[in-house]
Amino acid sequence: MSKSIDTKIEYPVDRRGALKLFGFGAAAATAGVLMPSDADATPESAKKLIEKLSGTASYKSGKVTLKMPDIAENGATVPLTVHVDSPMTEKDYVKFIHLASEKNPNAEVASFHLTPSSGRAEVSTRMRLSKTQNVIAVAVMNDGSVFRAARQVKVTIGGCGG
Amino acid sequence: MARKPRVKVPSSAKKGDVIQIKTLAPHKMETGQRKNKKGKKIPRFIINKLEVTFNGKPLVTADLHPAISANPYFAFFNRVTESGSFKFVWTDDKGKSITTSKSIKVA
Amino acid sequence: MKYRTLYICTALLGFGLVVSCTPIVEEMTEVEKRAADPRNKTHMVGDKASGYVYMTSQTRDMQDDDIANPAFTWIDLAEEKWSKVEGKAGKSCASCHQDVNKAMKGVANKYPQYDPESKKLIALQVKINRERTKRMGAKPWKWESDQMLGMAALVKLQSRGMPVNVKIDGPAKPFFEKGKEFYNQRRGLLDMACANCHVDNAGNMARSNVLSQGMINGFPVYRLKWQKPGSVHRRFIGCNKQVRATPYKRGSEEYTNLELFLMWRASGLNWETPAVRN
Repeated sequence: MSKSIDTKIEYPVDRRGALKLFGFGAAAATAGVLMPSDADATPESAKKLIEKLSGTASYKSGKVTLKMPDIAENGATVPLTVHVDSPMTEKDYVKFIHLASEKNPNAEVASFHLTPSSGRAEVSTRMRLSKTQNVIAVAVMNDGSVFRAARQVKVTIGGCGG
Repeated sequence: MARKPRVKVPSSAKKGDVIQIKTLAPHKMETGQRKNKKGKKIPRFIINKLEVTFNGKPLVTADLHPAISANPYFAFFNRVTESGSFKFVWTDDKGKSITTSKSIKVA
Repeated sequence: MKYRTLYICTALLGFGLVVSCTPIVEEMTEVEKRAADPRNKTHMVGDKASGYVYMTSQTRDMQDDDIANPAFTWIDLAEEKWSKVEGKAGKSCASCHQDVNKAMKGVANKYPQYDPESKKLIALQVKINRERTKRMGAKPWKWESDQMLGMAALVKLQSRGMPVNVKIDGPAKPFFEKGKEFYNQRRGLLDMACANCHVDNAGNMARSNVLSQGMINGFPVYRLKWQKPGSVHRRFIGCNKQVRATPYKRGSEEYTNLELFLMWRASGLNWETPAVRN
């Protein structure tokens, strides 16, 4: 995993317990090393962000396809494509595509504002994933309806990638 | 001399065709999460906006956050109606922008 | 063996009996799947496989498209530099070499090269800086600078698709032998030689990474981990650190000799510079 996104260390509780057994727990906790960071995104904060961006809490499923690898080769650069089923005409088109992360330091990823002249509602980019998590894509249609898709991507720690 | 964004647009197309446009801008996309060797946080510095227009009309706008990878890459589509020029404007956190243009002939 | 068959032998110790010994899985390993992918054909020769073969399809897509491959922004920069007059002599690269596409074709195979002046091997980067300082009267570039990475990649790009074929006889011979020795020499706290991973265990997993054969036909490569291109000497430093050995410097004799040996190892594979790796 890349150093640039691997700055926050969050140990699961059982690991912390294990450390305590060895007598490191108290000292480390005092120093704040093992305290989980309150700034990181959570599934809840990602949901809130999506609601804020799309202006509604009621989404439908379908129409949106989020293509991402099951396992990221490297969390620093994970390719993704969002495709939305839409004729992209003046009467019926995708207005926004929003992306959100559930466990990165921030839930925000990117927002795309499309127009009927796009012709095809599809965008591709590459994103950073700090750990295994769900990535969420929503499409906001010109009539205000919102469609959602999510996908889990595993981020592993490589043997030689470090 | 700095590195420049790359853009790929077909040089010609038929009216009504849906073409793919690809673009990549060289940028570190510093997240603001990293620390330097002395333990001080490196301030966030990213490209936060990409605006693509065709003959002055907006085509795609992207708002970007630090979760976008270094050297940001985008691919998207456009239904072509007339000859003209695509303009790509990348804007960073300091408000500086880089512009690239590419023209297309539509028969 | 193309297909791997796993047997699960269940021994029920309480009864002291082996109850079943059944083949349950008959499928290709990840590497075998990748080798069967038609896209990999031009990246394999005999039993040699480029690092390309070990990458996921998304990473290979990135390499196969010159717009999607971020390394090309460094190459664009180098193309500008190629014809930019710099230094006291009032010259650019193009003043002597003219068209980079023609002049640098096949040059990737010429370095590291024996240099009669220093009586050592020199890498392409050393040659570029020598041209800059001696012929142009310009400042040398740092090994891992954007300019040097771009220029090395631009030069090697002109050999893309040509097979790796490097000269290891004549005065280069003793340096080749030293490189070979380095490759097989155990080092570091983990007491591992390059060959322990890239010969003995190529295709096996090191945690979640598949170990490649360590072919260097794509350098400088754009590495997803680095989020920028890097030289093969930078990769050597990474490898040495992984086995907890003290790395050498970029451009050191040790790494230049090793580079020659590794180029010989990649003989017959096509040049892929600038490749994309994980």
